[in-house]
Amino acid sequence: MTNVLLQYATVLVLSAFVGTEIISKVPSILHTPLMSGSNAIHGVILVGAMLILGAANTNLEEVLGFLACILATLNVVGGFVVTDRMLEMFKGRKPKAPVSKSDEVTP
Amino acid sequence: MSRETLIDLIYLFSATTFVLALKGLGSPRHARRGNALAAFGMLVAVVATFFKFVDGHALRHVGLILLAMFIGTVVAVPVARFVKMTAMPQLVAIFNGVGGGAASLVSITEFIHIKSTHPATYVVLEVLLGVLIGTVSFAGSAIAFAKLQELMTGRPVTYPGQQIINALVGAVALGLIVTILVSGSTALLWTLFGVAFILGVAFVLPIGGADVPVLISLLNAFTGLAVAASGFTLGSNLLIVAGILVGASGILLTRLMSKAMGRSLSNVLFSAFGSNVTASAGGGVEGRTVRSGTPEDVGVLLSYASKVVIIPGYGLAVAQGQHVLRELAEVLESRGIKVFYAIHPVAGRMPGHMNVLLAEANVPYEDLIEMDEANSELQTADVALVVGANDTVNPAAGEPGSPIYGMPIIHADLAENVVFMKRSMRPGFAGIDNELLYNPKTILVFGDAKDTLTKLVAVVKAS
Repeated sequence: MTNVLLQYATVLVLSAFVGTEIISKVPSILHTPLMSGSNAIHGVILVGAMLILGAANTNLEEVLGFLACILATLNVVGGFVVTDRMLEMFKGRKPKAPVSKSDEVTP
Repeated sequence: MSRETLIDLIYLFSATTFVLALKGLGSPRHARRGNALAAFGMLVAVVATFFKFVDGHALRHVGLILLAMFIGTVVAVPVARFVKMTAMPQLVAIFNGVGGGAASLVSITEFIHIKSTHPATYVVLEVLLGVLIGTVSFAGSAIAFAKLQELMTGRPVTYPGQQIINALVGAVALGLIVTILVSGSTALLWTLFGVAFILGVAFVLPIGGADVPVLISLLNAFTGLAVAASGFTLGSNLLIVAGILVGASGILLTRLMSKAMGRSLSNVLFSAFGSNVTASAGGGVEGRTVRSGTPEDVGVLLSYASKVVIIPGYGLAVAQGQHVLRELAEVLESRGIKVFYAIHPVAGRMPGHMNVLLAEANVPYEDLIEMDEANSELQTADVALVVGANDTVNPAAGEPGSPIYGMPIIHADLAENVVFMKRSMRPGFAGIDNELLYNPKTILVFGDAKDTLTKLVAVVKAS
């Protein structure tokens, strides 16, 4: 095993622990935004898609890279927008002051 | 500082924002800011990537990249903005699927690229895992989408020898991976892609509608893992961190969900739950009486209550009754009656779905209580109002031999009175009869949940 691989493996293992630790604290009322938010985060594959399209030498690589870029953009943009829309709706009763102005107009 | 180091530092920043975003989801108040932060981190990472060198030259095809991003954005934004909240599970499924597809394509292209630039064949396992997992996630999400969108039946699709066939397809995929590792054949890589696609479809077909929430969560984890595999291939810490964060969260959530249904994950995935219970569903129904009531009866009951626990289910969302329900709760609260909404972890069509649907109707999240708290509140409640829920309040979960045995439920029957709003006597998703309907405490109100609630609001207001 090369040193580089070992370094990646280290990052992988530590991230897995961080992920498990943080997510176990998310309350169940936020599980849907959690899914959709983490969904947006794996949209980071867009960075990978850019790199392969940016390195493409042949037509086949270009076509595949282009498709990958479109799919990844759908994932990342759609994911963040939908999560934001969901979280916007979670309003408590106490922090009414900052948001209530526009709310009270609507029936 | 060299350009590459700077870009790597920026990636580190982005990875940090992802962690903080997930941490922000620990409370409803910080969640939105966290999400915005992650989106910013993502944007920064993407911009930085434009300045990266690959194979010793600057990024090529920048125009094509921008075009692809433009197309993706133009399609994704309106869809994400305007799809109804009840359709959220299928939307998450499809966004997850395209992510898996992208990860798979990245791995395939990288394989082809390495083969053309470094002919001294250098094939590694992570490329193949990326293709396998990414494609399974893509195909599986597509089928899950079709099931949720009702483009196909939500019932488990089964055929003779299904498990054996699926196991064979899986074995073929593994065999292909070994063969490619040895031979480095590109043609076989495409075969692996095809087989993984079939595997994804075959894996999801036997999973019934009620179990799809667990499935989506698992597929989300798959895409995360596929992204991490691509990270290994491309040598990107950012992809590894983000992919594993998602993989860990997806797996954890999947386990929580199956626990909330009182079943093991393998039972959820491989038992085709709900395919054969319909035959026994009618048994024992004949000759038993239920007490049915009118909205007026219930209105009187509610007016005299001091604590009401509402137990909403997906039926409420289907009837679009969330807003009227909130109106009812507000009228009750204005008379000093305590109102809680008891949310079962698997109410709705994805984890936490019911919370989102109620939030959409402006129900304050402080009024939403989780199952355990609900069960202790119910002991002192005057009325349990079951609206559009069924399996999640079914006492059969306590009877050995029942298909839902062991599933933790909300014990509506602890309350003084139970009001059950239902369209008909039909059983719920699990396909089994509900004892609670025959309980002497229970008043059944038949009809569309929204209509009934509207009448109920009028009655309570008038009294």
